[in-house]
Amino acid sequence: MSLSAQKIAELEAKATFIREDIITMLYQAGSGHSAGPLGMADIFTALYFHILRHNCKNPQWQDRDRLVLSNGHICPVLYATLAHAGYFPHHELLTLRKLGSRLQGHPHRGSLLGLETTSGPLGLGLSQSSGMALAGLRDEAKWRVVCLMSDAEQDCGNVWEAVLFAGKYKLHNLTALIDRNNIQIDGFTEDVMPLEPLKEKYEAFGWHVLEIDGHNFEAIIGSFEEAKAIFEKPTLIIAHTIPGKGVDFMENDFQWHGKPPDKEEARKALKELRSLQGKIQPGHHD
Amino acid sequence: MINTKLNPKLFDEDMEMVSMREGFGEGLVMAGEENPQVVVLTADLEESTKVEAFAQKFPQRFVEVGVAEQNLAAVASGLAAVGKIPFMTSYAVFSPGRNWEQIRTTICYNNQSVKIIGSHAGLNVGADGATHQALEDVALMRVLPNMVVISPCDSLEAKKATLEIAKLKRPCYLRLLRDKTVVMTTKDTPFKIGQAEVFQEGQDVTVIACGQMVYQALLAARQLQESNISVRVINCSTIKPLDKKAILKAAEETGGIVTVEEHQAAGGLGSAVAEFLSGQYPIPVKIIGVEDKFGQSGEGAELLEKYGLTGKEIIKGILTVLRMKGKHFNG
Repeated sequence: MSLSAQKIAELEAKATFIREDIITMLYQAGSGHSAGPLGMADIFTALYFHILRHNCKNPQWQDRDRLVLSNGHICPVLYATLAHAGYFPHHELLTLRKLGSRLQGHPHRGSLLGLETTSGPLGLGLSQSSGMALAGLRDEAKWRVVCLMSDAEQDCGNVWEAVLFAGKYKLHNLTALIDRNNIQIDGFTEDVMPLEPLKEKYEAFGWHVLEIDGHNFEAIIGSFEEAKAIFEKPTLIIAHTIPGKGVDFMENDFQWHGKPPDKEEARKALKELRSLQGKIQPGHHD
Repeated sequence: MINTKLNPKLFDEDMEMVSMREGFGEGLVMAGEENPQVVVLTADLEESTKVEAFAQKFPQRFVEVGVAEQNLAAVASGLAAVGKIPFMTSYAVFSPGRNWEQIRTTICYNNQSVKIIGSHAGLNVGADGATHQALEDVALMRVLPNMVVISPCDSLEAKKATLEIAKLKRPCYLRLLRDKTVVMTTKDTPFKIGQAEVFQEGQDVTVIACGQMVYQALLAARQLQESNISVRVINCSTIKPLDKKAILKAAEETGGIVTVEEHQAAGGLGSAVAEFLSGQYPIPVKIIGVEDKFGQSGEGAELLEKYGLTGKEIIKGILTVLRMKGKHFNG
C-alpha cells in the first residue's frame, strides 16, 4: 500500500499542530514530560487520522479499535491528538494538570471519554491490552487492540509476564508498539538497564516483530497494515523515534524527559515548529 | 437468643465442616450459568482455588496465566474493560499481596468489575507456614477506593457471596480459607453485601466478627450465658462497605464492642469498626487479631490457639470491655 503525497503532507501538518499544542499545554501546566510526547506525535497522528477505527461522536462504540497508552506520562500527545480528532473542545487542552480538569497529569479513564484505560505506573498496559484482545478473539470481534509502550518500561517484570501471555494465546488482534527513543529518567536506556537485543527477545517469546522509523508516515501505517495480515502471533512494532522531535534543542536530550519548557523555551520551540510546518522533508528524519 | 436461620446443629459434636473455597467453586459454576460474561482466571492454582469445575464446564471462559499475579490482575482489568466479569483466583498472599499496585491502578482506579479471590488466607493454611498465611490482605484491599471487601463466615456464605459479587458492577475482594470450617449458616440465612447479620442477640456487649472467627464468637457467647452475660454476635462479612447502621445500633444498645478476625489486628475489620465508632459513638472497642506477628507452621487449630484467636481470648476481651464500660460510664 502506498499513501498519496497529499495524504502524507496532511498528516505531517496535523502532527506539527499537535506538537505546537504539546508545547503550549506543557508550558501552561508548568510540569510534565516534553520529550516523549513530541517524539510520538507522528505515531499518534497516524493512528487517529488513518489507522484506528474510532468515532469521536460515539467514543464507546462497541466495534471501535482499542488504543491503550501504557506509558501514561506522555499523555499530552494523546490529549492533543484526541482534541484534534474531535473528542473534546480544543481550548480544554489548556486545563492539563489543573484542579478539576478532565486532563489529569496521567490519564484517568473515568475522567475523559475516549481513554481506554488509566495509566502512568509503568508496565501495566500490555497486560490490559492482552485481556481485551483475548476477549476479542474468543468473541470473534472485529476490533483490534493497539498498545503503546515506552522502551524504559520494558524494565518492568509485568511487561514480560504479558509478553509470555500474548504469545501463549496467539493474540494476533493485538499490535504493540515500543517507542524506542533510548532515554529514560536516569539516562540512556542501555546504561540504566540494557534492553538489547529487544527484537530477538520478543521473537523468542512468539511475537512477530517489525522495526520502523517512527517519524515516517508510510512506515508507520505500513507496519500496522502488516500486523493485520499476521495470523497466529501478536505483532510488535519497534518504532525508532527522536525524543523531543521537532524542537531542535530538545531532541535526543534525556534532560527533557521529565520537564516542561519555560516561557522563553516555549516561545523558541513554537517558533521553530511553526517555521517547519508543512515543510518537513522525509530525509530529515533519519 | 440465637438467630433461628442458623444451622440447628451448630453446637453438635458432628457439626458439618466444609471449606469456603468449596462453596466458592460451586457458586462460581452457578454464576457462570447465570451470566455468560463471567470468566475465570487463575495463576497456576486451578485445583486449589476450586475453579476446576468452571474450567471444565466453560473452557472458552477460562484463562490460565501461570505464576504471574501482576499479569493476572491487569489482564482481568482488560477483560472487564470490554464487558467481561472476571474472577481472578490465587492465594491471598500473592493476590492481592504481590499485585497490589496493579489492583489499585488497573482495577480500582479504572473501577472495573473484577472479582479478586484470595484463597488460603489466615492462619488456617497451617503447615505451609507464614509465607503462605495472608494476615494483611483485608488491610491492603480495604484502603482502596471503589473496592468491596467480603470475608464470608463459612462455605455457604462464600457461595452466596460469589453469586452476589458477580452481579455487582464494582471491584470486589473475596477472602477464603483453605481448610474446612464449621457450616454455621443455612440456605435461609440472609446474605446481602453491606449488611451485617446478628447471629445472636445480646444486651451487654457486642462481638463483631468475620470469617471462621464468627464461630469462636458464638462459642464465647454461649459460654458466657452461664455467667448471665448477654453477648450480641454480629457476622460482619462485608468489611467494606461497613454496615454502619448495625454497628451503631449495637454500640448504642450494648455500649461495648469486641472485634475478632483472623488477620493482623492492625488494618482489618477491627480498625474499620474503630474508625467508624471513634467519630460517631466512642465507646470501648477491643480489637482481637494477630498482634503484629508472622504466623508459623502448625495445625490450623494450634495456630489459632497460639496467636490468641479462640473463644477463650474472646471471653477475656469481653470481660475487659465490660470493665472498661463500667469505668467509662461510672468513673
